[in-house]
Amino acid sequence: MTEILHALGRTGIGAFESLGRSALLFLYTWRGMGEVLTRPRLVLQQVYATGVLSLVIISVSGLFVGMVLGLQGYNTLVGFGAEEQLGVMVALSLVRELGPVVSALLFAGRAGSALTAEIGLMKATEQLAAMEMMAVDPLHRVIAPRLLGGIIALPLLASIFNTVGVWGGWLVGVGLLGVHDGSYWAHIETTVDLRDDVVNGLIKSVVFGVAVTWIAVFEGYDTVPTSEGISRSTTRTVVHASLAILALDFLLTALMFD
Amino acid sequence: MSKAVDRNSPALSAREAAVRIQGVTFRRGERVIFEDVDVHIPRGKVTAIMGPSGCGKTTLLGVIGGSVRPEAGSVDVLGHSLVGLSRAGLMRVRRSIGMLFQSGALFTDLSVFDNVAFPLREHTRLPEELIRDLVLMKLEAVGLRGAHTLMPSQLSGGMGRRVALARAIALDPTIMLYDEPFTGQDPISMGVLLRLIRLLNDVLGLTTVVVSHDIHETASIADYIYLLDRGHVAACGTPEELRQGSAWARQFMNAEPDGPVPFHYGGPSIAADLLGLAEA
Repeated sequence: MTEILHALGRTGIGAFESLGRSALLFLYTWRGMGEVLTRPRLVLQQVYATGVLSLVIISVSGLFVGMVLGLQGYNTLVGFGAEEQLGVMVALSLVRELGPVVSALLFAGRAGSALTAEIGLMKATEQLAAMEMMAVDPLHRVIAPRLLGGIIALPLLASIFNTVGVWGGWLVGVGLLGVHDGSYWAHIETTVDLRDDVVNGLIKSVVFGVAVTWIAVFEGYDTVPTSEGISRSTTRTVVHASLAILALDFLLTALMFD
Repeated sequence: MSKAVDRNSPALSAREAAVRIQGVTFRRGERVIFEDVDVHIPRGKVTAIMGPSGCGKTTLLGVIGGSVRPEAGSVDVLGHSLVGLSRAGLMRVRRSIGMLFQSGALFTDLSVFDNVAFPLREHTRLPEELIRDLVLMKLEAVGLRGAHTLMPSQLSGGMGRRVALARAIALDPTIMLYDEPFTGQDPISMGVLLRLIRLLNDVLGLTTVVVSHDIHETASIADYIYLLDRGHVAACGTPEELRQGSAWARQFMNAEPDGPVPFHYGGPSIAADLLGLAEA
């Protein structure tokens, strides 16, 4: 019994220590943001690495999610004779929920894990230590541009996901199932609200971007510098980021769409 | 090992010593790495730090570079006390220090040229044409000007270490630290590195600290050697003095398999183990 309590205590203390270290990393990294903003090229490189290189998976996933929504939505709505509302259903589902959440989950798997592995390998091969010895702060030179790059990239990816998804819904609804083309777009235009739906969806993406990138860079920076350590950190990034996205989504949805 | 041994370290004044480590104690968990250690690194000389594996040689480089903070004692580098120094202050001191890591630690996403240019671009506002000239001069010094377009993955181990050396001297440091520079090098690369370490020290007027296991090679370029053992300075002096020194120092310097450090790990006698005879 005492051993179980000890183990629980150790795990709890470990989790809090880890939380404290990640908070400090975030704080110190944020202090270097001013310096990073004077060198936008560093941030653009990271937007390319995390954003542009994730475009294929985001676009293809967006297309299929939109197509599935079109198909399922049509089958439900047609029972009420409301299939003309298909565009609204697809657009609202994507803009409010699926766009930010699914793109963030994909981003965690594609870009988050890559960030963790990259930073972890830099640590294991003493590149971060070498930078420190050259009087260059790795938190400002390596971590800050990656954090900012991820925060910028995810809302852009989510927007692309939404756009491709709405088009995927149109492809199935209008192209295959015979929903009226004009109704599909007109209902979206009249029902989807810029402030309540689009902006709130984008805010979700920004919050998810902060959470995923923060977890990814912290796991990389805090990794045990061995191949096993990096492997564990990469896995932790995907697991923790996914859970954080889902938990934050619940909180944000409760606050925004009350 | 008694504390008195550490006091054998030459007490150099701040002017004579580039680095003065006094009474330094450092532990990792329960394990004592250093206990009340004194090490003085003379200016303008090549000083080697040697000792058995795990004796804290690399940790000592960390103490000099400020990445390892001791529990007790004082560390002065180029007249700046590192104990209690702020991060910004430490970064200022580090601009005077170059370090060659055991792995080279080249940035794998940057070319050879960009690796050497990295500290110049980070710390100066020099125009790109001047940076180009400086980088090519540094690469020329290590014999790799022709390799400036290559990526680190295209370099051999020895070439990688020479590029890392060019990067380490890019900002013209006052102190150069080398962490196991000869590990895994073929004889030609080792000869090149040995020559470069000595040459750069003399031509650029550096103070050099080399941590190494390679006794003969390191002793051939070192002006002064510290031998560490179990958290203390076991012996120090010129290579010649150490070869004539204590039995332990002689065993280490001549790489003898048996001596004060026994070949056999402690245990009952072989007769007791094999024949079941009682210990005398």
